[in-house]
Amino acid sequence: MSTSQTTTTEHHPALAHQFDSMEQQQEASTFGMWVFLLTEIMMFGGLFTAYLIYRLKYYPAFVAGSTSISVSWGFANTLVLIASSFTMAMTVWAAQNGKRKVQVWLLLATMILGAAFLGVKAKEYYDKWDECHIPGHVIGKGFNAWGGCSATNKSLGNIAEEIRDPKEHGNPNVTEVSAEQTAKQTEIFFSFYFAMTGLHAFHMVIGLGLLAWLLLRAKSGEFGPAYYTPIELGGLYWHFVDIVWIFLFPLLYLISRHQHGV
Amino acid sequence: MSTATSIVTPVMPERHYLNDNYGIRSWLLTKDHKRIAILYLFSITVFFFIGGMFAALIRLHLLTPNGELFQADTYNRLFTMHGVNMIFFFLIPSVPAVIGNFLIPIMVGTKDLAFPKINLLSWYLYIGGATFSLIALVSGGVDTGWTFYAPFSSGYSRSPVIVMAVGILIVGFSSIFTGLNFIVTVHRMRAPGMTWGRLPLFVWANYAASLIMILGTPVIAITLILLALERGFHIGIFDPKLGGDPVLFQHMFWFYSHPAVYIMILPGMGVISEIVTCFSRKRVFGYSFIAFSSIAIAVFGFVVWAHHMFVAGISVYSALVFSLLSYAVAIPSAVKVFNWTATMYKGSVEMTTPMLYAMAFIGLFTIGGLTGLFLAALGLDIHIHDTYFVVAHFHYVMVGGMVTAYLGGLHFWWPKMTGRMYPEAPAKLAALITFIGFNLTFFPQFILGYMGMPRRYWAYPPEFQVLNVLSSAGASVLAVGFVLPLLYFLWSLKYGEIAGDNPWQATGLEWETSSPPPTHNFHHIPVVTKDPYAYGEDAEVTVVH
Repeated sequence: MSTSQTTTTEHHPALAHQFDSMEQQQEASTFGMWVFLLTEIMMFGGLFTAYLIYRLKYYPAFVAGSTSISVSWGFANTLVLIASSFTMAMTVWAAQNGKRKVQVWLLLATMILGAAFLGVKAKEYYDKWDECHIPGHVIGKGFNAWGGCSATNKSLGNIAEEIRDPKEHGNPNVTEVSAEQTAKQTEIFFSFYFAMTGLHAFHMVIGLGLLAWLLLRAKSGEFGPAYYTPIELGGLYWHFVDIVWIFLFPLLYLISRHQHGV
Repeated sequence: MSTATSIVTPVMPERHYLNDNYGIRSWLLTKDHKRIAILYLFSITVFFFIGGMFAALIRLHLLTPNGELFQADTYNRLFTMHGVNMIFFFLIPSVPAVIGNFLIPIMVGTKDLAFPKINLLSWYLYIGGATFSLIALVSGGVDTGWTFYAPFSSGYSRSPVIVMAVGILIVGFSSIFTGLNFIVTVHRMRAPGMTWGRLPLFVWANYAASLIMILGTPVIAITLILLALERGFHIGIFDPKLGGDPVLFQHMFWFYSHPAVYIMILPGMGVISEIVTCFSRKRVFGYSFIAFSSIAIAVFGFVVWAHHMFVAGISVYSALVFSLLSYAVAIPSAVKVFNWTATMYKGSVEMTTPMLYAMAFIGLFTIGGLTGLFLAALGLDIHIHDTYFVVAHFHYVMVGGMVTAYLGGLHFWWPKMTGRMYPEAPAKLAALITFIGFNLTFFPQFILGYMGMPRRYWAYPPEFQVLNVLSSAGASVLAVGFVLPLLYFLWSLKYGEIAGDNPWQATGLEWETSSPPPTHNFHHIPVVTKDPYAYGEDAEVTVVH
């Protein structure tokens, strides 16, 4: 681009040539971010829909699968993410009010919390590996729905049996066939577990990259009361990724788990 | 051109976007929407001819009933690569990314799109996706059909499905970013006085297509990701052997891919609205009806996807609803056709090349649209599902509609893009050849399909040969019609007549700036005081239909 833009001195250095004013630029950028988040909602929406369809279809297996993931780690991660949303919101506030130092520290805190989330996620993934709950027989030790390698909890097949329609109990044929199917169906639960949390974690990684970039710019003192749009947009993205988790946590970890007492 | 004998000989502006800067970097790193449009023009032309080459091979193969030219497996790869390249790498970006990219900022009266860097990024994403497509091509091509139905694509096909899926995923983000840019530009960047009611219909049409791009494309993205995961890691999502559900794949695939046909046709309709109005020298008939029918098509388009699945085992009741909704899409489409014809009625219709293409569009799109209703009928669809009737139907809409509109638009705005006129006589000839070749290629396919010839088959019973030979003959005529514009457009870059700012005496902001426009589009941002399409009337005169 030839930088042949008009050289009126009152232009803010961050004003791009295609905009007339900082307000227009800020409005357009924020609107653009919302439109982008709409596409993200549609993308996660497709995945959530597929998950819900299978959940209805293979209800006992999905409940059984959900008992094998750790609510406490999931809850801890939820708190971590909510805390990071708070520090992110405070970053925007700091930028708006010209508190440069605070802004940098808050960004750092957000990044640390984001990294902590990913660390916990990695720990949870490792547990799944250890319990032979990696679907697909390509990665890991081979899927085993019946408690698997080092698992100490009740076997998933038994749990699914308890939830299953009582009419099917006692019929040895049904039980034998259904046990096999339950294994396949819990495997589908884990397929979705990894696809959904994996896509979410991928968004977290992108978010950390964005925050690192914002951090560098914030350190150089670029953002202040007159211009803080990038911080605001980074914040929008970060909150969106948090909200996805707020939906993922109950869908994968919580619902129908306790009503069956398993 | 009829106005060649005007008093002032038009001259090229001294500085414009093409000579503002020189060198390969000034193109590859440009943030000017007009230059990015030219980059897209080159890239999609390459893919148009790659896709066309596959079509030629298919038609050549079908000259004889027993498939003497290619192995059955090769034939599968040919029609898949034809479909994938034409749909994802030509039709979807064609009008929006080339003509829309060039015109939308000028039409709404601003210096550029809202996010020029993202606009450049979307071209690079296109090239990235195209690279994957080419890798899939040279490693043997994909044999699943452009629909990638599971479980064949996710478990059984021995072709580079994942590479192709990644290519489509990437090019999908290119189209998301284009749509995002258009939407934000239309909302936030309009010139003073450019109200929503004064937006050119081309902008309305692209706005509607952009809505589909941003809402539909992410769903195909996640579908392809799941497909690739199933293929790569054998996790069960769609494959019944692994506990999955193949019908779910079809739902998720068509949730995008049906609206996607409106991404392909809506911008073409926008082009036609501009051309028909200009060469009828009349105010467009029913401006708001045309504008809102674009939005209606975009909305209805999202709730008809299962009409592709009437024989896939979905419930009769949902099929009934989807059939009814599919019929509903015909209403806004017909609104457009009637308004265009009403615009021409008692107008001073001028038979220029763009107008020839526009009239071809109206006729061919009407046939394509009406045969769509045959397919939306629950009973008839069982008979003609997956036959050549379907092939003919969507080629009437996609080639007879969209490609025709794209060519019409290129001719109409070529003087604006390059500053020079194309030669009128060979252009008219090419339009005629295209029209004849097109009908000869695809009309016999309606009959073939009705008689029961299935699509995607490598061989056919000998009694179908006459119609197949006709179709192949038509394809060779059509090829001439497509190569001719390539030749004379290139010729016109050097030898074409200087066009001047407004060779068609058209209304619209794009005709008020120079041809080619300066890098910042306008020397002063215009203030809009008139309604659009004020042909043959003073600005103050109220609308009289």
